[in-house]
Amino acid sequence: MKLLESGTLLDGFLVEDCLHSGGMAHIYRVHYAEGARNPGFPMVMKIPRMTAGDGAENIVSFEVEHQIMQVVTGAHVPRFVAAGDLANIPYLVMEYVVGQTLQQRLDQGERLDASEVARLGAAMARAAHSLHKQDIVHLDLKPANVLITPEGKAVLLDFGLSYHAHYPDLLAEELRKAVGSPVWIAPEQVVGVRGDPRSDIFAIGVMLYELATGELPFGNPQTAAGLRQRLWMDPAPPRKLRPDLPEWLQEVVLRCLEPEAARRYSSAAHLAFDLSHPEHITITERGRKTRGTGFRVHFKRWLKAAGMHYQPSPLVSQQLDDVPILMVALPHKDVTDATLYSLRQAVGRSLGLRPGARLACVTVISPSQTSASSNEQSETSVHRRYLNQMRQWTQPLDLSTHQTSYHVLESSDVAQALVRYAEGNQVSVIVMGAATHGLQMQRFVATVPIKVAMEAPCTVILVKQSLPFERLGHTGVESVKDDVPF
Amino acid sequence: MKWALLSDIHANLQALDACMAHARSQGAQRFALLGDLVGYGADPGAVVDRAMALAEQGALLVKGNHDDMAVSPPESNRTVGDSSAAWTHEQLSATQRGFLQALPMTRQEGAMLLVHASADAPGRWRYVYDQQIATLSLDAASEFPEVRYVFGGHVHFQTLYYRGASAGLMKFAPTPGVPVPVPRHRLWLATVGSVGQPRDGNPLAMYAMMDIAKSQLTFHRVAYDQAAAAAAILRTDLPAFFADRLELGR
Repeated sequence: MKLLESGTLLDGFLVEDCLHSGGMAHIYRVHYAEGARNPGFPMVMKIPRMTAGDGAENIVSFEVEHQIMQVVTGAHVPRFVAAGDLANIPYLVMEYVVGQTLQQRLDQGERLDASEVARLGAAMARAAHSLHKQDIVHLDLKPANVLITPEGKAVLLDFGLSYHAHYPDLLAEELRKAVGSPVWIAPEQVVGVRGDPRSDIFAIGVMLYELATGELPFGNPQTAAGLRQRLWMDPAPPRKLRPDLPEWLQEVVLRCLEPEAARRYSSAAHLAFDLSHPEHITITERGRKTRGTGFRVHFKRWLKAAGMHYQPSPLVSQQLDDVPILMVALPHKDVTDATLYSLRQAVGRSLGLRPGARLACVTVISPSQTSASSNEQSETSVHRRYLNQMRQWTQPLDLSTHQTSYHVLESSDVAQALVRYAEGNQVSVIVMGAATHGLQMQRFVATVPIKVAMEAPCTVILVKQSLPFERLGHTGVESVKDDVPF
Repeated sequence: MKWALLSDIHANLQALDACMAHARSQGAQRFALLGDLVGYGADPGAVVDRAMALAEQGALLVKGNHDDMAVSPPESNRTVGDSSAAWTHEQLSATQRGFLQALPMTRQEGAMLLVHASADAPGRWRYVYDQQIATLSLDAASEFPEVRYVFGGHVHFQTLYYRGASAGLMKFAPTPGVPVPVPRHRLWLATVGSVGQPRDGNPLAMYAMMDIAKSQLTFHRVAYDQAAAAAAILRTDLPAFFADRLELGR
């Protein structure tokens, strides 16, 4: 495909300057020749390179991107406008998103501090999670495909190698060939497995590694054997390259880069959660080490990798449902034992079915409770008091397979604070008191559960208080009635 | 043009009516019946009458092996299918048998080729259950230059076969209710599943809808009155097993 001249008219679009001329496609700024049709945001046209010398994979990538752009929604992807017919001139017209790609950011060569790396990583993870919830896995995340908007949001570009769980996968091969970019591709992609959302988590890990250290964890392999290295090899610990990096960041990066998908974060929401709350990250040997993995361990893993077998999930969103972030809203004062007991029972039940679920315990206090002048009421001491209360509350729960964290939010609007927290952290389920009895729980006056239930972006479980010994005096009839299914 | 593709109705009137109502509610403009109107179920006469009425209104039909058997049932009763064929034969009028006998083995309509089993030898009733057989069927279909889609039944599963980046055919298990893009520059083969005799462990009736203008194929699962269909079988001389299997989808 020759470059289009500025001023060319194509299917009603007036082509302007060429913004980008890459190996796979040209990107032009365009607008509708008929001004009234313009959608109210700037647009670009992406035209795949498809001359005799260009590979058939360009055509398939165009089809895949077209299919996905038509159905994907949300703030983390450019909006789709129109597509040209393959039989004529294939093109995709989409929203032109203002921002800087991570590649441009890396090219500036500045050294980012850990909090900035975490901020970028959390933004990418949130964007990836938004795709995964729509049963899409990007599978080609790399700095050139991640755009950071001026507000700090990540927008993901280029769905040419992506996977949609409900569509025939045009890129699947019966011989299982690696499809992806060698630097960022996950080990399971190397052996031809497509459709695992944890592959995107690996790619984010590679980018975090580069943002933090300036180096690529696995280099830029040119051969199949080079690519297969990541099936067994741990990269050098980031802190070996840059000793001033905090242990928590290394913990996160190396967890993303685990060769076995099951040892990575189970969902991008969990990754975003850790990067937004570094103080809650449990640091293991993985985060502390400053020397590379030894030959013996690598050799053992190399043997294992020779027969490595990945089990991808057929439905991406279903896999996410299995590892939800569960949030419990705990009242911190004027609360009955019955309520606290019932909430704990409900949380235990919800966690019990989902081994990978993570628990966030949240309480909302009024800003007036903390004071800058009084030592007793200083923010840290007040917060510490409530954090300890919540820790005590979780004592009876078996949290060995559930990452758990505790959060004190300050707000005069309890419902809004809870909903915002749930939105910001991709919470899947909120458990809270139904507060039907009203009076004793002034913190959760009757309107709070209702407001949360109406505005929350996820399922809300409203728990009614009941203590087991309260029932001792009852006949069995009532409980039987409660248990009638459907 | 939106085509409702229904196959393997197997004399299950309740399932047929439920699928037709569902298809109409989804905007179906034309119907295609891909064979095996009868066999196993309790209402062969009523189902053939429905098919004849649809044919009058422009529906396309092809013949299935059970339609063939109902016209001339085998002498021996070696299989449950054989004994069901003899019973079905008795239930049908001469007109109904004549209608079944006259059904064509394949039909072409624009980009679509309709065939009950495999297009390479329709009369051999070969099951299209894997990529190999699907390749034979698609290869035979590509002798019709216009054909982009081969639709059939016979295997009671919903499956889409397609050719992607690789040379060989790939197999895809569709999600019910999700429109799948099936662009015309590729060749596609779909088995649309069974309306009246689901065998994938899910008792819901199956059919598919092809939107030619949008190049989208949607596989559907439809709830119907299984109890009524099973009760109707129990009122006949057919084996009770035929009733039980409807509720299990086996």
